[in-house]
Amino acid sequence: MQVVFAAIIGMLYAGAVYMMLRRSIVKLIIGLALFGHATNLLIFAVARLVRYNPAIVQKGDSAPIEPFADPVPQALILTAIVIGFGVQAFSIVLIKRVYQTVGTDDLDQIRGTDS
Amino acid sequence: MTSIVSLPIVIPLATAAGMLLVRRNILLQRVIGVVGSAALLAAAIKLLYVCYTEGIQVLQLGTWPAPFGISLVCDVFSGIMLVLAGIMSLTTSLYAVADIERRRTAFGFYSLLHILMMGICGAFLTGDLFNLYVWFEVMLIASFVLIALGGEKPQMEGAIKYVALNLIASMILVAAVGLVYGLTGSLNMADVAVHLRDVRQEGVVLGIAILFMAAFGIKAAVFPVFFWLPASYHTPPAAISAVFAGLLTKVGVYALIRTFTLIFTENPQLTHAALVVIAAATMLSGVLGAAVQMDFRRVLSFHIISQIGYMVLGLALFTPLAIAGAVFYILHHIIVKANLFFVSGVVHRLRGTYDLKKLGGLYATHVWLGVLFMIPAMSLAGIPPLSGFWAKLAIIRSGLEIEAYWVVGVALFVGLLTLYSMTKIWAEAFWKEPASPGPIGYASTSGLGWMVVPIVLLAAITVAIGLGAEPAFEVATKAGQELVNPQIYIDAVLGGRQ
Repeated sequence: MQVVFAAIIGMLYAGAVYMMLRRSIVKLIIGLALFGHATNLLIFAVARLVRYNPAIVQKGDSAPIEPFADPVPQALILTAIVIGFGVQAFSIVLIKRVYQTVGTDDLDQIRGTDS
Repeated sequence: MTSIVSLPIVIPLATAAGMLLVRRNILLQRVIGVVGSAALLAAAIKLLYVCYTEGIQVLQLGTWPAPFGISLVCDVFSGIMLVLAGIMSLTTSLYAVADIERRRTAFGFYSLLHILMMGICGAFLTGDLFNLYVWFEVMLIASFVLIALGGEKPQMEGAIKYVALNLIASMILVAAVGLVYGLTGSLNMADVAVHLRDVRQEGVVLGIAILFMAAFGIKAAVFPVFFWLPASYHTPPAAISAVFAGLLTKVGVYALIRTFTLIFTENPQLTHAALVVIAAATMLSGVLGAAVQMDFRRVLSFHIISQIGYMVLGLALFTPLAIAGAVFYILHHIIVKANLFFVSGVVHRLRGTYDLKKLGGLYATHVWLGVLFMIPAMSLAGIPPLSGFWAKLAIIRSGLEIEAYWVVGVALFVGLLTLYSMTKIWAEAFWKEPASPGPIGYASTSGLGWMVVPIVLLAAITVAIGLGAEPAFEVATKAGQELVNPQIYIDAVLGGRQ
């Protein structure tokens, strides 16, 4: 399972870099989204891929039933997904405005401010 | 008493929220913006004073004890950064009264500025790695809107690069934070520092350290990942580029210094030696890039990069004097660099262009502006007795003490080229005969006073730091001492429970 997971994360990162290196700004945003997914899966994997109990304290108990899964990385991913969602929504609006203002979606031609 | 630690986050939040209630009233927005900034500055000064006299202040949010909850920690270094954020917030709010037109103000410039300040102050205060990422995102999303606000063509072109590169850096950061959690089971910086000492997988720790270096390096615009900065920082109005140039890249430097003095200190032969090379390359590439530019703000943008090199060099040399020098350098640089961008905005107001070839003759018509440009420009180049001289002196002296001669040579050479760039701006914009007598583009002198007051204020601070370098350096030395002895920070956060 871990090997499969590692391979998927690696492929997602590779795909993200490939998309970001394309010239179209739409593909740049798709690349950024894939990069985010790869990162989220990476954080999920550091919590160990195990089938333990949920970390919920049952009524009357003082601790969750051992062995239980670590809830912190899941909280981290949830936060990262929400932030990533907001930022991606902004980026999509931004590329639309860039396309309207500059008149091209080719990153190689959006270089009026480069030096 | 420790609840004062949360004020630099609460005040900008309250200011921004308050302004959303009066969205249609531009006058009221400006008043609230300036008052909120003044309150932030006052709280930051008070906090720095408390930190300096009583030691590190820690606030455990929700009273969860240290490694379990989120801690807000303020040491002298954080305190200095908060005061600088307060100064920048106040001067930018004043400057923006004239520089940011009604359209951008009505869209919410002031709320965005204060949300940006909240993110910056949060990043300076937090003692939790994941929380640091969250504050970075708060800061970034506000800065994304600020850089695109107005929607002019160069702004959109700059924004796409700024947004893409900063998003990549954030995702590298959050991946690195996740890996740290996997390795240590903690996110609290002090707790992570304790646990990493026991981790015997040196290669993994080094790999994570490199990820942090890459993430903060992109945000701080060090060699070789700085290209987004000169492509975007000169596009928005002067008030926005001043607060970006002064404060924003320095948050990356702050995070670099924080993580590489507190957490990743086990392997300095590799990490800090790499930083020395990065610092030297950053200094050189920035200053050489500036030498060929002929746009007022683009010259200044490239100089941000070369100055970042000096700060990273202070961290890389990793002696008490060098770290204190890096802190002093940040202190000096934020004031000076923001001021130069403010001056460029006034020049644009008077002549309607940033193009150095088309400018000229400003010294003949506006002597005061020439003087106000000269103070920060000479300070940036490191001419005594201004603040930049002492900052460079501390870094170069610490380099000589550990016999890193080649990098000292680079630093001195870069100082010389900085002087060249500043005299180039002086000669082109102020001294030479103008190509045409009147303004080139749209020019107006209405409300110019609002733009001049912050410039005078920052120039006075530059002179004061230069002439009264000793007290300023004492504060920086205290910050440096705390940074080179991470145990002080760890004890303050974790208390007796290690």
